[in-house]
Amino acid sequence: MDRVAIIGASMTQFGQRDAWIRELLAEAGQAALADADVSPDEIEHLYVSNMASGEFEGQTGVPNALAHDLAAMPAYTARIDQTSSSGGAGVYAAWQSVASGASDMTMLVGGEKMTHRSTAEATDVIASLTHPVEYKHGVTLPSFAGLTARLYLDTYDAPRESLGKVAVKNHKNGVDNPHAQFRKEVDLDTVMDSPIVADPLRLYDFCPITDGSAALVFCPESVAREYTDDYAVISGIGGATDTHVVHERADPTTMGGVVNSSEIAYEMADLEPDDIEVAELHDMFTILEFLQSEDLGFFEKGEGWKAVEEGVTDRDGDLPINTSGGLKSKGHPLGASGVAQVYEIYKQLIGDAGERQVDADVGLACNVGGFGNCVTTTIMESR
Amino acid sequence: MSDDVPAMEAYRYPDGSITYPGHPVGPGGEEPVGTVDLSDYTATVLTWTKSTATPPGVRQPNTLAIVEFDVDGEPVRAIGQVTGEDDVDIGDEVRPVYCEELREPGAGIREPASQEWDGYRFEPR
Repeated sequence: MDRVAIIGASMTQFGQRDAWIRELLAEAGQAALADADVSPDEIEHLYVSNMASGEFEGQTGVPNALAHDLAAMPAYTARIDQTSSSGGAGVYAAWQSVASGASDMTMLVGGEKMTHRSTAEATDVIASLTHPVEYKHGVTLPSFAGLTARLYLDTYDAPRESLGKVAVKNHKNGVDNPHAQFRKEVDLDTVMDSPIVADPLRLYDFCPITDGSAALVFCPESVAREYTDDYAVISGIGGATDTHVVHERADPTTMGGVVNSSEIAYEMADLEPDDIEVAELHDMFTILEFLQSEDLGFFEKGEGWKAVEEGVTDRDGDLPINTSGGLKSKGHPLGASGVAQVYEIYKQLIGDAGERQVDADVGLACNVGGFGNCVTTTIMESR
Repeated sequence: MSDDVPAMEAYRYPDGSITYPGHPVGPGGEEPVGTVDLSDYTATVLTWTKSTATPPGVRQPNTLAIVEFDVDGEPVRAIGQVTGEDDVDIGDEVRPVYCEELREPGAGIREPASQEWDGYRFEPR
């Protein structure tokens, strides 16, 4: 079977941008086409990963708008909304379109415009994914993180500082990412002294609100060779869901969607967790990096915090995690984040990650929606 | 519970499992066969947080807990606000206390008519 290749990628500057959603998407889309040396009229399928352009900006119909702005008509278009995992779901849709033979050239653009909203408003838009019994109590995604972090620290006797070290590590990585929202190191004292947001988690345990966009160009590997020698392939991909009502999960410190999606991806790729050499995880909150690193099989349950303490997940460690700076430092423009995770792994695998470069031929991206409600895990290999 | 206060209604399924809230089908894929009023029971705090960055229409700070009821040997979890602003601890016993309005309807993004806004807070015992 012809494998699905990624032959071009881009991401815009993440952060507070003057551009609105249409402009952000077009910026990333044009850059990805240029990177892949593909003309707009070659695009057969065009997917847009976006959670809430209607709610944030009052702009709907963004896939068609992007097709027009890129002169990509008559490409088939669709918007992929899977909340914070819209990007990963978009990667899945794009992979599927090529793997199925429906398209020989597919582009995925993920983006979100958020910063014109107050923190409270943006938090509420995101919290609108919750069940009514959660929403009426004012439950937010950060409060889920606080609830889970407390249980994790208590259950596994992990020090509060271990969560802070995730923030320190990812901010350090973000310094070398020219597209990151924050390119500034923070020390542990700063993290531990920052204001409480959802006890025991503090401000630096949370990703920022971000504008930005990222894009990828997919085609069959046989077609990729006509365009470039520098491509990566998707060797495994899986998507899965967990309960909508978070408290109904048997173990609140286990993300079933991560477990199940990664099992599918590992099996498809014929790889094991030990084969992964670099990973981008969905560190919307520091606690999520522990949960995913365990549920992906990198570390035993309850041991993920020790890996961070021991430097295993540092850029120069045995398993670098979030070399991009992660959502924590790079920023989290909802629909773009899963696309930007794959962008980072792609750059690592083709040897184009600059100061962030690590020695890796196999990488993994795990994109989480809600509080583990929907997950896509993607495994990629160098050609 | 008095007749003028709504029940904290959980669904019971044929396999004995109970969920709060109820669903059209339970964890085993079967339709519910009955209900349980959780306000008749006490619960234990599984975990909790005090949220200081709350969305529109929500009290600030907002202390929340995931609690676990024991309904005749069957565990049932629920999430909700904790009464007052005091901290609670993992393992504390709480009882459900009815509240007519947990959050201001219409202040947030959700359509006010799309859901109920009353419910039960958890009061430490």
